[in-house]
Amino acid sequence: MTVLAFLMGVFVLAALAPWITRPLGRAAGWVFALLPAAFAVMLGTLAPQVAAGTPVRETLEWVPQLGLSLTLSVDGLGLLFGMLITGVGALVLVYAQGYLEGHEHLGRMFSYLLMFMGAMLGVVLTDNLLAMFVFWELTSISSYLLIGFDHNRLKARKAALQALLITGGGGLALLVGVLMLGSLAGTYNVSEMLAGKEGVLASDLYVPIAALFALGAFTKSAQFPFHFWLPGAMEAPTPVSAYLHSSTMVKAGIYLLARLSPVLGGTELWETMLTVAGATTMVLGAVLAIRQTYLKKLLAYSTVSSLGIIVMGLGIGTPYAVEAAIVYLFAHALFKGALFMVAGAIDHGTGERDVERLGGLARAMPALAVVGVLAALSMAGLPPLMGFIGKELLLKGTLKAPEWSGVLTGLTVFTALLTVTIALLTGIKPFIGKTLPTPHEPHAPGPALLLGPGLLALLCVATALVPSVLAMPLVGPASAATLGAPSTPDLSLWHGWTLALGLSALAVAGGCGVYALRGAVRRGVEVFGWIDRVGPASAYEIGLKGLNALASGQTRVLQNGYLRSYLFITISTAAGMVGVTLWLRGGLNLPERWEPALWYEYAIGALIAVAAVVAAVARARLTAIAALGLAGYGVSVMFVVFGAPDLAMTQISIETLTVILFVLVLLRLPDFRSISSRTQKIRDLFIAVTAGAMMTVLVLVASGATSSRAMSTWFGENSLEGGHGRNVVNVILVDFRAIDTLGEITVLAIAAIGVFALLRPSRMLRKGRA
Amino acid sequence: MELLFAIIAGVLFAAGLYLMLRRSILKLVMGLVLIGHSANITIFTAGGLTRARSAIIAPDATTLPAGSADPLPQALILTAIVISFGVLAFAIVLVSRAWQEVGNDDTDQFAETDR
Repeated sequence: MTVLAFLMGVFVLAALAPWITRPLGRAAGWVFALLPAAFAVMLGTLAPQVAAGTPVRETLEWVPQLGLSLTLSVDGLGLLFGMLITGVGALVLVYAQGYLEGHEHLGRMFSYLLMFMGAMLGVVLTDNLLAMFVFWELTSISSYLLIGFDHNRLKARKAALQALLITGGGGLALLVGVLMLGSLAGTYNVSEMLAGKEGVLASDLYVPIAALFALGAFTKSAQFPFHFWLPGAMEAPTPVSAYLHSSTMVKAGIYLLARLSPVLGGTELWETMLTVAGATTMVLGAVLAIRQTYLKKLLAYSTVSSLGIIVMGLGIGTPYAVEAAIVYLFAHALFKGALFMVAGAIDHGTGERDVERLGGLARAMPALAVVGVLAALSMAGLPPLMGFIGKELLLKGTLKAPEWSGVLTGLTVFTALLTVTIALLTGIKPFIGKTLPTPHEPHAPGPALLLGPGLLALLCVATALVPSVLAMPLVGPASAATLGAPSTPDLSLWHGWTLALGLSALAVAGGCGVYALRGAVRRGVEVFGWIDRVGPASAYEIGLKGLNALASGQTRVLQNGYLRSYLFITISTAAGMVGVTLWLRGGLNLPERWEPALWYEYAIGALIAVAAVVAAVARARLTAIAALGLAGYGVSVMFVVFGAPDLAMTQISIETLTVILFVLVLLRLPDFRSISSRTQKIRDLFIAVTAGAMMTVLVLVASGATSSRAMSTWFGENSLEGGHGRNVVNVILVDFRAIDTLGEITVLAIAAIGVFALLRPSRMLRKGRA
Repeated sequence: MELLFAIIAGVLFAAGLYLMLRRSILKLVMGLVLIGHSANITIFTAGGLTRARSAIIAPDATTLPAGSADPLPQALILTAIVISFGVLAFAIVLVSRAWQEVGNDDTDQFAETDR
């Protein structure tokens, strides 16, 4: 139960963080980082077992009746993602300490980050799809809290809501997909679904299931046309962007696609859907990135592009392409996490975010410069860095794609070219060239800000130099789990003079060219600006505005503050539904012959009816109240006639009290006035008569239905023996259903307190008199 | 006799609703009382009407003989009567208090204070 204990530990620490951050002072982030770091080490010790092909499984029964168990399963994919989440997570916690030093809500930030970490680990480590969905939604919620961390800023709140609505909407689609797949496969455990793969693929439900899963994944992983929330999410503080929006949360969608590839993949639909969405996102993300000059926005769009690359790789589906996707995912987490943290450190140290106004910072912050350059070179895909290996594999994958390989390779080279430009802009340009003036004097980042990006940049080099030790144990089993077959990606730096290498060189050269001519290129790609202006983002805006307008509009109509319109809507809806039901059932099915009523019963009935009508139309108050009392006494007499003496006694005493109360209050109130117009009265009469007719029909239907008297019989048989009382009604109230009666007494007591409170003269009135 | 009860329930409900649709706040409360009666009659009738003996075990018997009135709906109605009295008492005091504070017995004037 080690994995489970660690997972619970993360959530516990998340709950404690707000309280212990202040006492821990400047060490807080470092202390919190110990837990995920230990988690990462523990996962590392599982690597040999996972690589041998036996996943580590731990099961905790949760709701066995629903087949809902918390089964943690560390397989290849789980290990790779788990290592990224805990490893980058530990670094981000330290980084957040440096970035938000002294912030009044630092404890809250740690709490959210840890909560997110736990949720994300839950997503990648559970085998059960229902449990995974719960964690999946928790990542959306914690991401909402993190993006809206600066809750005083409108833009941050809007971006948080946007991310929540889009990923939450995708989450709903995913839930439906999960339920359909689970009921089809007969199990919610992914590891058991493989056995039923044939049935799933042959089913009519396969198309909706695949589409719903893709929708969930595409919204989460910011695929076109749902990409726009990711750049918006850059409103979050940089530690959040580095963690959620580059290396972890946005990869949850990719994880989902990879996890289900063995079950849902391999079909024309799956491959086309993923390849088209991925390739579109890859190119658009890169093109839209070039328009940006703000560091984090540049990185965000390029992250969209990279996510597209990975989805495309999974879509192509060949072993080469899938391996490339997994390796690129690993490489991307390292260099993009580092670059985000570098961008944050630059912002923190200079107060400037626009790359065109940054330059020559290497003199003021040499260590950060080395880190930035290394990460950027990995992103650009230069040897000897992990990004290079990833890109080479990717080009090989597209070159060997079974269909459209020419188009896909061309698009990939084009994207790689623009990626080189973005890498130069974000990781290298700020540090070289002429020193440009910044809002405040540049100061070098402290150890907390440097550790994270430094270690990640170092890993970009180290994993590429000794891939068999640092990279293969993670990416090998992960691509094996995605492919459903053994896999050892070729992680060597040198493959000889291949076509892929030539294309790489072309991309690097072209990227440098674009960098040099970026002013002109920016103006050129402005033609694509409409995608941001009238594209999906504005569709979202219009949809949101429309929804709000609809909500407030119908609230104005339905909740207008006039009691009679509430009554009218409620009653007419009820009457309408009763009418429709009656019509559907072909009218009333009444018994052939009713037992006739006796003459005095008719007389009492007539008395009640007349009294009720008089009460309703009386012009004088006293008449109305007398009629009201008469109706009540009439009902009591009916109770006597039909064998209910207890009811009759209660009704008579209550009726007497009611009349007294009315008369007492009456003395304070003005006499009736005729306020309503004649038309209003006729309208109300019509409503009232309709409702009364509905009531009559309902009573007839109800009394025509045969009801079981099992409970009444039981009460009749056990009343004397069990309750020691001969009056069965009383025994039910004070013995068999005594708790209900206690509740009833409580209601009366609350009403009495309310009456008492209302009868005391209010402070306002007393003041008025004084 | 079910028909008679059904009509009584309908008339009580119609009269109660008509009162509740008036703008006078006192009539609103009176309507509440009549609708309460209507609901009780509905439950009473739906449980099955019997003119025979009440649900009381005779001194020489140990169980309720078949054909007695059904005790279960009666227990429900008894609770309903008492609860509706609690609601009524509260409503009446609320009405008189509202009259003191707002100085009007027209519920439409009350709506204005909502916003």
